[in-house]
Amino acid sequence: MTGDAWLPLLVVLTSLITGLVIFFLREEQSRLRTVLNVTGATVKLGLVGIMLWGVFHGHRYEIRLPFLPELDLVLRADALALLFVTLSAGLWLLTTIYAIGYLEGSPNRSRFFGFFSLCVTATMGIALAGNLLTFFVFYEMLTLATYPLVIHRGTATALRAGQTYLFYTLSGGAILLAGIAWLSVLAGPVEFTHGGTLTHLTDRHDHALRIIFVLLITGLGVKAALVPLHGWLPVAMVAPAPVSALLHAVAVVKAGVFGIVRMVYEVFGVQLADKLGLLTPLAIVASLTILYGSMRALTQDDLKRRLAYSTISQVSYVVLGVGLIGPLAIIGGVVHLVHQGIMKITLFFCAGNLAETLGIHRISEMNGVGRRMPWTMAAFSLASFGMIGVPPLAGFISKWYLGLGALEADQSWVLTVLAGSTLLNAAYFLPILHTAWFKSPLTDVWSDNKPDGTFETKLSLLAPTLLTAILILAVGVFAGSVISPLEWAKLIAEREYRP
Amino acid sequence: MTWAAGTIMLPLVAACLSFLVRRSATIWIVAGAASGIVLAVGSLAHEVWKHGHLRYPVGGWGAPLGIDWYADGLTILMLLMTAAVMSLASLYAWGYLTHASNSGENSPGQSTVTHERFWPLWFFLWASLNALFLSSDVFNLYVTLELLGLSAAMLMTLGGQPAALTAGMRYLLVSLLGSLVYLLGVGVLYAAYGTLDLASLSRISNSGPQTWTAMALMTLGLLLKTGLFPLHIWLPPAHANAPSPVSAILSGLVVKASFYLLLRLWFQTFNPHLSPSAGQFLGVLGAGAIFWGSLQAFRQERLKLLVAYSTVAQLGYLFLLFPLTGTASVAETAWSGGIYLALAHAFAKASMFLAAGNIMLALGHDRISQLDGIAQILPISLFAFGLGGISLMGLPPSGGFVAKWLLLKAAWDGGHWWWAGIILVGGLMTAGYIFMVLKRAFAAPTGHMAVQPIPHSLEFTALALAVFAVLLGLTATFPLTLLHISNPFSMAFITGGG
Repeated sequence: MTGDAWLPLLVVLTSLITGLVIFFLREEQSRLRTVLNVTGATVKLGLVGIMLWGVFHGHRYEIRLPFLPELDLVLRADALALLFVTLSAGLWLLTTIYAIGYLEGSPNRSRFFGFFSLCVTATMGIALAGNLLTFFVFYEMLTLATYPLVIHRGTATALRAGQTYLFYTLSGGAILLAGIAWLSVLAGPVEFTHGGTLTHLTDRHDHALRIIFVLLITGLGVKAALVPLHGWLPVAMVAPAPVSALLHAVAVVKAGVFGIVRMVYEVFGVQLADKLGLLTPLAIVASLTILYGSMRALTQDDLKRRLAYSTISQVSYVVLGVGLIGPLAIIGGVVHLVHQGIMKITLFFCAGNLAETLGIHRISEMNGVGRRMPWTMAAFSLASFGMIGVPPLAGFISKWYLGLGALEADQSWVLTVLAGSTLLNAAYFLPILHTAWFKSPLTDVWSDNKPDGTFETKLSLLAPTLLTAILILAVGVFAGSVISPLEWAKLIAEREYRP
Repeated sequence: MTWAAGTIMLPLVAACLSFLVRRSATIWIVAGAASGIVLAVGSLAHEVWKHGHLRYPVGGWGAPLGIDWYADGLTILMLLMTAAVMSLASLYAWGYLTHASNSGENSPGQSTVTHERFWPLWFFLWASLNALFLSSDVFNLYVTLELLGLSAAMLMTLGGQPAALTAGMRYLLVSLLGSLVYLLGVGVLYAAYGTLDLASLSRISNSGPQTWTAMALMTLGLLLKTGLFPLHIWLPPAHANAPSPVSAILSGLVVKASFYLLLRLWFQTFNPHLSPSAGQFLGVLGAGAIFWGSLQAFRQERLKLLVAYSTVAQLGYLFLLFPLTGTASVAETAWSGGIYLALAHAFAKASMFLAAGNIMLALGHDRISQLDGIAQILPISLFAFGLGGISLMGLPPSGGFVAKWLLLKAAWDGGHWWWAGIILVGGLMTAGYIFMVLKRAFAAPTGHMAVQPIPHSLEFTALALAVFAVLLGLTATFPLTLLHISNPFSMAFITGGG
């Protein structure tokens, strides 16, 4: 085993060890905690950078640890894994900085950052998992590590939200486990392989495979918030803003969608899934989710709740991309994994800034807030336009490739879904912008109450927000450059469809 | 030979000594005996690992006249589990008793367990456990079972509260009844075959009413002692009202002893004579235990009772092994899964009882409705409780997950999707009552809590046990290979012991 092989494990360990150490820190050791957090995140990013360079040049990083007889824990860095790893590791650093500012002075921070790091550990594991069982191990770990974050405030509403969250995710986990156990019995240990691993199964198993597919997608669909398994997500928005960012952009929802991508491309394989007639139903479920989420978002007055329904809708773009056959749809779906993450984290950062600085939680309270917090609202506007799909922002790139993919797959009805979703997105984002920029403020209480004196809010809250906002623009404008998510998605598609 | 004798003699000697010497010397006896036993068990494990299963004639007289000791992979696993849990629980008990005797004067309602009364019984129990796992004839097993029951009953009542006395008395009666029924079965066997040695019995016994009667009686007795639903009524009050270190080993180890005996009888002695429907029946009782125990756990208002009902449910899982081994192709997987569950449960449940004990010491009560915010006061104990809970739910990475995975695979592979469903739903129900507690613990504290400081050693022993339960999920290869040595379902004994 060469030194290279340890890289995936190290990427997981950088946050695991950080988390475990942080648990044992005393509450008041906040400087040490910050140093640990930021160091862990930075080292992780560095390691990810090395692997990105390697994978781009055709390296494969893989480590196997014996787990059960005939069954290893496998961590493997391939192109798809690194897409998710880079997204999570990058956004983790920003979210950590944001969370340090957001939670300054509040109780139980050691507990919070401990579990926060465990969450990212689990996400790294999910991304790098090389077989189904490894994936499941980290998938369940993510559920458990997120729970204490969702209920961090300890209020009755938070506890109820936590209960709902657990009810959905643990049930989903059980269904997923049922599917995995069944599949392992049929096919032996399931390794993720380009083009699918189930090619050796005969037609006799078709029926069983269909049921297994439904079990797997249902189990994953809970975290991916596919309608009707989405109930936990709007409820969980009671969590602190950095946690929402984690749920919606960095970890949980992404883990579900990423799992679906893995199942379709690397367990079943597009051809088998298509032969079994499973992809079109998946695309239809995704389309319904896209439309339903947007429709529900229209009527929400609570800002974070509206954003939550928006996530339900947006994340299913990825699933839609998976459900269409052809390289262009893959590109559109996979790249949206990154684009949605960047856009949604910006929106939640903004919502957090409003709540933390001015105590604003509802859209009806946002009248004229653009004058008080122009930078935050500028970032919010940029992200909103991105979500709607205005060129040249991130969301446009995803939609463009999804649309092309739909035409390539001869499923032109998808264009209607995309157009409808764009209109709905505009219908629930533009009124917020109108309220914030063009209505006059209801009160003048927040006139000159600036925490840091110079900026509209704490720098640790504002800087990550602006950075992600710039990214939204950058990944769109520089979509053609080598280091853009789009190019990486093309690399994935090319490797998936290479004969 | 000497190592096997050591595992039994060392705790016996420690029991006598701790009764005789002064209080100040007791700590040396406890520490010495515990490390000595761990060493003896470790060396015995090494021998079996290298040479395969071992059989010792005690005092030079072999079966059928004399008594044999027998050790295979299963024996070793049970001995190792006992050594690890008992050692950590001893560490806890030392802190617990010292704490109790220091704070005893200011709180008259508290327990009056003293070192002098505790340690002799404790080591006696340890000796009977080790002897039971090593015995290989049905009468010797009866003797060890009886000794185990007696020492357990006395340990239970040490606290002296009325509830503990009633529960302990009830346990004693049930335990005696169980032994008696078991002994009746032994009598039938002796009348029929003239031998009590398990190996000889497995050779000469035949399918017939005598074997069936004997098996039915012995099984009934053992089920009573294990506390399988619906014979579990005695278990929750007995386990919940005992002093916390005792609760931990009652739930973690003592009920496993009679379960172990059942395994020996069913799978290594009378396997050919038992009809599959008998196994199915035990499985149905197990499923009943999972549902009933979990439902009752939900309804409890006291933490220790909740944990005790959880034991009722988890014992049910162990009995799924009986129907699942009915299909030859998956028998070995199911066997490994069931035993692994017993192993993981020992560590997880012990840590949970110790954590619950810490909460009780700190707050003076364990009412679940008043635990708001306890996670801020006793974070380590709650972390231990949570980790133990993860293993019980069967979530990865934990010993419980490995066990559940093996059972699930066996169920699916053997076409028993019905049992697979029960395993999964049972896991969700477990999650339900564990998170009911954790939810309270994470809630924002309501008002001021009167908290007594407790020694750190108590918190860290609970955590250590929980970490063991989690590690079992990451290092499953070693125990599973060990379990493979002379297991009743494998054709080839990998270490060549034959």
